[in-house]
Amino acid sequence: MRMFLKLAILAAVVAAGVGLWVTMPDRVDAARFASLSGDAAQGEVVFTAAGCASCHHAKDSDDKLNLTGGQEFVSDFGTFYAPNISPDPETGIGDWDLESFANAVLRGVSPQGQHYYPAFPYTAYTKMTDEDLVDLWAYMQTLPASDVASKPHDVGFPFNIRRSVGGWKFLFMSDAYVMDVPAELERGRYLVEALAHCAECHTPRNAVGALDTARWMGGAPNPSGRGTIPPLTPDELDWSAADVAYYLESGFTPSFDAVGGHMAAVVENFAKLSAEDRNAVAAYVKALPALN
Amino acid sequence: MKLSFATLAATAILLTSPAFAQELPQAVKARQGQFNIMALNLGILGGMARGTVDYDAEAAQTAADNLVTVSQLAQPAMWPAGTDAMSIDGTRAEPAIWDNLDDVLAKWAAFGEAATAMAEVAGTGRDAIGPNMGPLGGACKACHDDYRAPE
Repeated sequence: MRMFLKLAILAAVVAAGVGLWVTMPDRVDAARFASLSGDAAQGEVVFTAAGCASCHHAKDSDDKLNLTGGQEFVSDFGTFYAPNISPDPETGIGDWDLESFANAVLRGVSPQGQHYYPAFPYTAYTKMTDEDLVDLWAYMQTLPASDVASKPHDVGFPFNIRRSVGGWKFLFMSDAYVMDVPAELERGRYLVEALAHCAECHTPRNAVGALDTARWMGGAPNPSGRGTIPPLTPDELDWSAADVAYYLESGFTPSFDAVGGHMAAVVENFAKLSAEDRNAVAAYVKALPALN
Repeated sequence: MKLSFATLAATAILLTSPAFAQELPQAVKARQGQFNIMALNLGILGGMARGTVDYDAEAAQTAADNLVTVSQLAQPAMWPAGTDAMSIDGTRAEPAIWDNLDDVLAKWAAFGEAATAMAEVAGTGRDAIGPNMGPLGGACKACHDDYRAPE
């Protein structure tokens, strides 16, 4: 009996140790950026493709470069509020350095070592190249500061235990791409899977909110709770690649309905990118495997 | 007794189920019709801009003029209170429309300006159409972004 108790205690200690290790924030080694210098003009392209402003711009404002935050994102786990990521040192990220920024974007870890909730799509951004990250950081420092404080998330137990996000990341966060593609589709894959994080809405989630990669881009309930996000797979979406590229440029579907909802913000971003990038995304979308 | 309860329940379900919903109000059909006319004419111009349809100056001008005509239709009669997506089926009109009528009408006016700009040049050549599709799309998006419910 005492032997059993000892074993049970040992098992508990090991489990706790493994748990602590698994849920520990994983940080980047800043040395990997040492040889890179940020190009703010290139960073603007990254910023646009990554859709940063679409979520972080001031709620109800048409000024997409005022990154005050405040937009709410309702989910099954609570309501998240986009934080202030403007360069204000008090309320925003003005006192961060590149390493803090890299840990936030690539690892989902705050400068204080807390996990961010994956409403922030770092599970996609973790695939961002180091050069793009450094350029993005250079660009974001050129934007106006906002002194409006971030609103705390409204998340209940047990999801309010940030450490538990570490276990979630251990299970579901990967810097590997979902789709294998030939070289000519790599730019499109990078835009879709890393920067533009399309799957966050277009792919369904499992019970704990992780993307169901077996149903990649298969469409999903609207995270807002109303309506659905359409599937992009070829068995469901019969648009040509040119149709997709024109939609991303103009917001017009092939039947000349016009884009709405959060996708309107996505199109606003893609309209600013190059035709090559829109075509790259379209080519990736047309290469998606059918699901049904 | 049991039967009458069942009948009552069935009647209640019938009365509240979408399948039994009344035909859409005429005002709703009218506003959806005007959006379909817009889409049809935008499609003619967009097809020429994309090169999927050969450019035809007369057809382009007519399509652009139709857009201007739609933009001049007085809107209030098509948007009676109680015809939002929360109140009836068959529409995606957000209730927010009725709380922000000034903004909605300003956005509608912006569509009129974009349509007018298109009509001024649509007959002059294919190259004039593409640059004017952007503002038209922007005008549609601006309204859909805030005032059209997701599907």
